[in-house]
Amino acid sequence: MQKVGIVGYGCYVPIYRIKPEEIARVWGEDGERIKKSLNIEQKAVPDLDEDSATMAVEAAKNALVMAQIDSQNIDAIYVGSESHPYAVKPTASIVAEAIKATADLTAADLEFACKAGTAAIQISMGLVLADMAQYALAIGSDTAQGKPSDALEYSAGAGAAAFIIGKNNLVAEIEATYSFTTDTPDFWRRQHAEFPSHGGRFTGEPAYFKHILSATGGLFEKYGYRADDFDYFVFHQPNGKFPLEAAAKLGLEPKKVLPSLVTPKIGNTYSAASLIGLCAVLDKAKAGEKILLTSFGSGAGSDSFAITVTDKIEQARQRVKKNFEFYNKREVFIDYATYAKLKRKIKTL
Amino acid sequence: MTNIAITWRRIPERYCIIGSICKTCSTKYFPLRKFCPKCRRKGKMERYQFSPRGTIYSYTKVYAPPAGFELEAPYILAIVKLDEGPMLSAQIVNTQNVEIGDRVEMVFRVIKRDEPEGLIHYGYKFEKITD
Ligand SMILES: [Zn+2]
Repeated sequence: MQKVGIVGYGCYVPIYRIKPEEIARVWGEDGERIKKSLNIEQKAVPDLDEDSATMAVEAAKNALVMAQIDSQNIDAIYVGSESHPYAVKPTASIVAEAIKATADLTAADLEFACKAGTAAIQISMGLVLADMAQYALAIGSDTAQGKPSDALEYSAGAGAAAFIIGKNNLVAEIEATYSFTTDTPDFWRRQHAEFPSHGGRFTGEPAYFKHILSATGGLFEKYGYRADDFDYFVFHQPNGKFPLEAAAKLGLEPKKVLPSLVTPKIGNTYSAASLIGLCAVLDKAKAGEKILLTSFGSGAGSDSFAITVTDKIEQARQRVKKNFEFYNKREVFIDYATYAKLKRKIKTL
Repeated sequence: MTNIAITWRRIPERYCIIGSICKTCSTKYFPLRKFCPKCRRKGKMERYQFSPRGTIYSYTKVYAPPAGFELEAPYILAIVKLDEGPMLSAQIVNTQNVEIGDRVEMVFRVIKRDEPEGLIHYGYKFEKITD
């Protein structure tokens, strides 16, 4: 079979950060306890003029800098998000125009809670392998929403990650993918509802862990991999704790998961969460190393990928100044009042 | 409400900083022009992709913003001299402090939202860069 994989990748995280202690101060909660129980030090907050489309564009530009391809050769763009700026009018066409990929291409928005970005990668792989697209651009981007004072408010972050999928000049080959999907009502948002609802503790065992472990185990079984084959594991990270617990259940050493753990620094970026984790790992991985990526989207499903880094990565990532570390280091802390303004949580605004 | 046709026509300028070049005298223009004032009828205009980088030529801090920008105040509005020469005015994001001569790079942001149910207008703003 022909090879398919990542030709270029890029991420984006807004500059503002808020700490759980500051959110807890407003709601009379124990910030230290929440910080520890979620393993979140801080989360990223978008500026007033940022949304899932603007972040997707910035991540895509970084991916293009790495790939060094003509954006006119991108034949498909898929943007996964649960915070598309419009209910009707695609984010993908805005991205296409902003990176000058129009008009000779197909584009669509995807939605599957936090795993729409990895669904975009799978669709892109299919189109590229079928020779229906020379390059396809897959993006996960979210300005995550959490109801004021809800547990989600401590973790819901903002960010985007973009992957250019193709056949040649791969920085990482995607060897295999496997998905596990069931109807599990762990988290949802009805049409016109501003904030999501969730099943509290129900989001753990029957939702996150069952799907992450089933997709990962399914990939191993179907393609004959073992946990030992992989140098890094990247899991969806709704908080800083779940990925480490998933690793423990799989008998993995924490050091194989920690390089991908970005949620403690930027919060849960929903559709971008596992993908920014993958970017952070690709920023350090060496040629020949293997990465296991498993996303999770509520409702519920997981997409698992076996990825091998190629010898092209070293040079490719030198071209990108705005990598994960660049955005991670760039932080301006804000208080809850500023946060409420930026997120337009004050209703008269 | 903003004129939808005008918004749509300006997408290449606002999303990508695409302007014009006169193939006769090599003068570059931003925004787009159909006509070269130097060459008049001899001018041959084509589209030109400007570099996303430039230098702050002048700036002001806006405390009393026009309608639709109230929440963003105070913000920095600058005249940016693109590396190829033409100047444009744009908001500078991610900082409250700039100096004339600072190097800046384009970022893609929301310019304006027609609340509560209208269009979201996207386009260029700039942020400081160090190199
Ligand atoms: Zn001329």
